[in-house]
Amino acid sequence: MARFVFRRLALLIPILFGLSLLLFLWVRALPGGPAIALLGERATPEAIERFNRLYGLDRSLWEQYASYMGRVVRLDLGASTRTNRPVLTEFWERFPATIELALAALLIAVAVGIPLGYFAARRFGTWLDNSSVVASLIGVTIPVFFLGFLLKYVFAVRLGWLPSQGRQDARLAVEHPTNFYVLDGIVTGNLNATWDAIAHLILPAIALASIPLAIIVRITRASVLDVLNEDYVRTAEAKGLTKRVISRRHVLRNAMLPVSTTIGLQTGLLLSGAILTETVFALPGIGTYLVRAIDGRDYSAIQGVILIIAVIYVIVNLLVDISYGIIDPRVRVR
Amino acid sequence: MSIQAAEILAETTHVDEEHGGSVRVEAWRRLRRNPAAIAGALLVLLFLLVAAFAPLLAPYGPTDQVALDQIRPGSIPGPSSEHVLGVDNLGRDELSRLLYGARQSLIIGVGSTLIGFFFGCLLGLAAGGLGGWVDGLAMRLVDIMLSIPGLLFAIAVAALVGKTRLGLMIAIAVPAIPIFARLLRGSMLAHREADYVMAAKSVGVRQSRIVFSHIVPNSLSPVLVQGTLLLATAIIDAAALSFLGLGTDDPGVPEWGRMLADSQSYLAAAAHLAFLPCIAIVISALGFTLLGESLREALDPRFRR
Repeated sequence: MARFVFRRLALLIPILFGLSLLLFLWVRALPGGPAIALLGERATPEAIERFNRLYGLDRSLWEQYASYMGRVVRLDLGASTRTNRPVLTEFWERFPATIELALAALLIAVAVGIPLGYFAARRFGTWLDNSSVVASLIGVTIPVFFLGFLLKYVFAVRLGWLPSQGRQDARLAVEHPTNFYVLDGIVTGNLNATWDAIAHLILPAIALASIPLAIIVRITRASVLDVLNEDYVRTAEAKGLTKRVISRRHVLRNAMLPVSTTIGLQTGLLLSGAILTETVFALPGIGTYLVRAIDGRDYSAIQGVILIIAVIYVIVNLLVDISYGIIDPRVRVR
Repeated sequence: MSIQAAEILAETTHVDEEHGGSVRVEAWRRLRRNPAAIAGALLVLLFLLVAAFAPLLAPYGPTDQVALDQIRPGSIPGPSSEHVLGVDNLGRDELSRLLYGARQSLIIGVGSTLIGFFFGCLLGLAAGGLGGWVDGLAMRLVDIMLSIPGLLFAIAVAALVGKTRLGLMIAIAVPAIPIFARLLRGSMLAHREADYVMAAKSVGVRQSRIVFSHIVPNSLSPVLVQGTLLLATAIIDAAALSFLGLGTDDPGVPEWGRMLADSQSYLAAAAHLAFLPCIAIVISALGFTLLGESLREALDPRFRR
């Protein structure tokens, strides 16, 4: 086990080196550059030159990459060319918003998806089953940002039930020790602030949940159907075990194996979807930050943030693989 | 025994393995009996027909501002007998734009799928066929590409290639390359040890011939399924990129994603202009998803009953 984890972590190193090189070349191949993005199209050549010298962009590519990597291995991702603040600081200000959003969406997807998929399979062929299949198909095909707009239009603009944008009411004077706004309210003892943060999360989380929800419903349903046909379920029934015991001990536990892997594999989808949902609901998360960084040709910000996302993404996938071995003794890694 | 005879033997061993009747025939039989597959095929057919005959079906041109005089700030006329689905903010007939939009979606979907399929298969073929350090290198490249979430990758590519239709296709295709490559390689590795490959090898069929005539044709199924599913994702991703302002720069092009994105700014005045392209996207993506999923089930031996 330890060897497996170690080998997978070691594999991360060439991936990150390759990625950093490709990222480095890619941002510099983008049309325009940070100087033009910041100083405008009509900036004088002297001003651009001064800007480039300030950020070391006048040196050769090789020199730039070497010095960049020299700093990266010391966990210094450089400063944003737009704000002149360390990329890592900006990342930690924004990333909690994305995590909160993604976790809330995942929570909705799991809490609704597993029971729905389970009951669809138990009532195979009924209207509940058929409508859950159709709904999950529509769930994966409906554009996330459109669903976001729809929810915002109906529940925020028309009905006024929930806030339409941002993470928290700006009039609330709250401290943010962790930048996880839901948590901050609890930590500082301000439950009003926590509720306000949750209210701001509901609509974007539902929009973002649509795709993982649809996938979880489908996998749960298929998996429960598979397990229901297994010999051990028939044996359990023949032994005269009660329906409850069979469902809980035999069906659910075995059916959850593929579901748990699927849940882990949603990370990429959630991060992709977060970019769209954050844009719709004007959430200051990492998705909107990246889109703006690309627009502003903010080299350090783009490179740094994508690198961190890749690390998180690869580690989450590793955790999924490990957890699969823990949950299912049959596939325990050697 | 001649090489041809050996190959026939190899083929028959393969057929035998599948309990009489080749995999494809069996899959086709099951596909025809699956209502989801038929529904998907009908939706795809409808989409293809609309795309092909858009000029005949559309009452107006997609860029003609036929009702410009009826547009007032904050008010866009709804459906009428002249314009069944109403007009957009520039006075263009919505129905005509939707019909022509099928063409754009088809071109973007097929184009990006072909680009992703071609380069993905090339990479997978090199990895699975040559093995050794080529395999190692190709798979590290695949790992790197897969370490970035799909849409983020597409945004990155879109920023680089520019806001044209081809750019949009490339942006959607590139994140799919590692998926195709990994699928083809995995499938080829599984088939490399199959009995029919051993049979062909033992009678001295050349390695390149084994790869191209035996392993590749038998390994393509999962890749083809993925291709069908990518057609659906491509249509949705094109909409997402358009929404983020990374679609085509030409406002005249009747592309569903762009129509949907544009409609957000006058959602209150004309909500139907947002719903219609969204419905078009959902219907066409649904068609390809249903078809792809049924194809996967039909080709998957585990679903054989």
